[in-house]
Amino acid sequence: MDFLNSIILLTNFIIVPGITYGSQLALGAIGVTLIYGVLRFANFAYGDLMAFGTMIVILVTWFLQSKGITFGLLPTALLALPVGILLTIAVSLFFDKTVFEYYRNKKSDPVTFIVVSLGIMFVLNAVVRIIIGPNDINFMDGHKFIMKAREFKKMTGLNEGLALKSTQVITLITTIITCSILFYFLNKTKTGKSMRAYSNNEDLALLSGIDPKKIVLLTWIIVSILATVAGTLYGLDKSFKPFTYFNNLLPIFAATIVGGIGNPLGAFYGGFLIAFSEIGLTYAYKKFFKYIMPEGLEPSTLIQFISTDYKFAISFAILIVVLIFRPNGIFKGKVI
Amino acid sequence: MIKNSDFKICFSVMTVLTILVGLFQSWGIALSMLNLCLISAVMAMGVNIQWGFAGLINFGVMGFLAIGGLATVLISVPPVPEAWSAGGIGILISGLFLLAVVFSVLIINKRIPNHKYKNYFIFVIIILSIPLLKFIAGPSISKIESINAATSGFLGGANLPIIFSWFVGAILCALVAFVVGKVCLGLRSDYLAISTLLVSGIIITIVKHEEWLSRGVKNVIGLKRPVPYEVDLQNSEWFIKLVEFLNSSKLSNVLDFDEKTSLLNELVISSSGVFVKLCFSLIFLAVVLIILYFSEKALNSPWGRMMRAIRDNEEAAKAMGKNVVKQHLFIFMLGSAIIGFAGAMLVTYDGLFTPSSYQPLRYTFLIWVMVLLGGTGNNYGAILGGFVVWFIWIQSAPFALLVINIFTNHLDETNYIKEHLVNSVPYFRYLMMGLGLLLVMRYRPKGLLPEKIIKN
Repeated sequence: MDFLNSIILLTNFIIVPGITYGSQLALGAIGVTLIYGVLRFANFAYGDLMAFGTMIVILVTWFLQSKGITFGLLPTALLALPVGILLTIAVSLFFDKTVFEYYRNKKSDPVTFIVVSLGIMFVLNAVVRIIIGPNDINFMDGHKFIMKAREFKKMTGLNEGLALKSTQVITLITTIITCSILFYFLNKTKTGKSMRAYSNNEDLALLSGIDPKKIVLLTWIIVSILATVAGTLYGLDKSFKPFTYFNNLLPIFAATIVGGIGNPLGAFYGGFLIAFSEIGLTYAYKKFFKYIMPEGLEPSTLIQFISTDYKFAISFAILIVVLIFRPNGIFKGKVI
Repeated sequence: MIKNSDFKICFSVMTVLTILVGLFQSWGIALSMLNLCLISAVMAMGVNIQWGFAGLINFGVMGFLAIGGLATVLISVPPVPEAWSAGGIGILISGLFLLAVVFSVLIINKRIPNHKYKNYFIFVIIILSIPLLKFIAGPSISKIESINAATSGFLGGANLPIIFSWFVGAILCALVAFVVGKVCLGLRSDYLAISTLLVSGIIITIVKHEEWLSRGVKNVIGLKRPVPYEVDLQNSEWFIKLVEFLNSSKLSNVLDFDEKTSLLNELVISSSGVFVKLCFSLIFLAVVLIILYFSEKALNSPWGRMMRAIRDNEEAAKAMGKNVVKQHLFIFMLGSAIIGFAGAMLVTYDGLFTPSSYQPLRYTFLIWVMVLLGGTGNNYGAILGGFVVWFIWIQSAPFALLVINIFTNHLDETNYIKEHLVNSVPYFRYLMMGLGLLLVMRYRPKGLLPEKIIKN
């Protein structure tokens, strides 16, 4: 019984939140890694692109709600998602046409691209804050819990409860669907293969008749879809605040590099690695050890590796460790 | 130096902007803008040394500014004896433990240079040391933080004049930059950008949450000043006489004695604020000029030429026998020290240390905009960038308000869109910054004052 309790405890506080947060990071990191692989720069405006997409989703959600349209048990934001995606694609393509294309044709160095993406970051930051404001917004509606901790306790008779929020399940399902479509596209279809070829060797791809404009367009479309989906899922699960989205860029970068920059599968695993280390290392295991240790041997301290204040610092530390030991990432990077 | 046209452009822009604000808004606002411009110029020069001279991309500016700010607390605040007696020994012991860990890592690194598992061994030592450190320091930290939690709750500082802290901040930053540089400088440019950004995140987290050291989110207020206080000025004989002398024509128009004293009183109060800011301006201007002088000297010396050679062609410089790694580390430390100096100046000017206010957008990327806009590789460019960008940053909110009012003139005061726009006026500064950066990168990629190479 104690053993079961300890398992449920870990599931409730580490595994379920870790999977949710990990999926959100993974979706974001795949976007960053695709930009890096195909367009060859680290896009600092990505966090704000996520915020922009989410903002559109929120605005459409409010509009739908005011018309009395909801999505039943599911959050209305899922209905609004396509509109958000379309507008985010439009914004990405607009910035690509007006800004990035010039530097791509000039074959500028990666640092220039980074600096330019900083400019776009400032602009998007301003646009989001001007339109929707800097405050916390909760736009989750529909059914909140799939299982409440109390119900679970009653059902199983265990001491520990297992709460399952519907956003967590939605996140997981959406991530599975998005990632399977994406990986199918990249690995099986002809367009996906040409994208990988372009990323691997630009000149060779051009020689084989691959149209670079099409590849760039496609990349921005995929990236915008991923950014909007990741942003909306994060916003549904926690809440929407422009500053948090900007800050989330840091663990997303960490996940990207840890998984090998330019490698989507690596970014996927990197997201989960970062999420689980953040949650696992800041969790206080006192209660867990109470269950599994024999009586009289219970720990007196919290058994916490590092305090929750340092949650963000963990992803940075992992990144630095990876950069020292395997600068190319855990999974070989540079090729998508 | 005076003959230089860049020098003239730079300082005439500064004078004109200050006078314009002084005439149209008020002299107090103008001087405080000037002071922040000067501090920004120092920050921009620090970044320019790293990026313009050596091509090192450092997105960790925020972290070094915070370390400089922390130095002001550690140097100028009076110590808290109760806290020292309660937990000082514990903190010292854990400090020694930390030193021991660092030295053991260094020794392992030196003694067994090529062992297969060397890196993993070092990794394990660091991982094990974190919980141990927490175990050693934990009790004394909670003791220190429980003493007078509302007013102190930290160890305090050394109670020295705050000017010292500027230099201590620079030295601390150089030390941190040494460690960061050893780890990160070997990386490619974009990796370096990301990892320095993350390192600055770690530094901010530490400053924010180690309350025994910096009071963390509870802030430290009422820091010392290198200039007189307004209240002391208002009560000092010579200052009142000075104000009376300067405003003698205005005062002589008033005949009634009571009215005259009340007017004088008002003038003394308002000019004491201006006087304090003026004192700050003079100190900051001196700092800017001194750093500018040495920076220009360095740039035009053989060392400066070597740095440019390394920046423009690392391989060739290596082939000529220059130690690129060592020079990169040195210039990274130098630039970070100047940034730390500016961080300490900023906190001194504000008079308070608020760790939670350090955000990358304001304290890292804005400084970068200054350097890129002003002119990479040109010290005058960095100063000009500091001025222009800070001016836009400060003035874009009133400007946006003006524009909004013009365009929404026909709308009702309670119109939803108008109200919303007026409320979001502060965020137009981000828009201005972004557009400014994009335009400059497109049409003047070398900045407003491009790098000038003197050939001799």
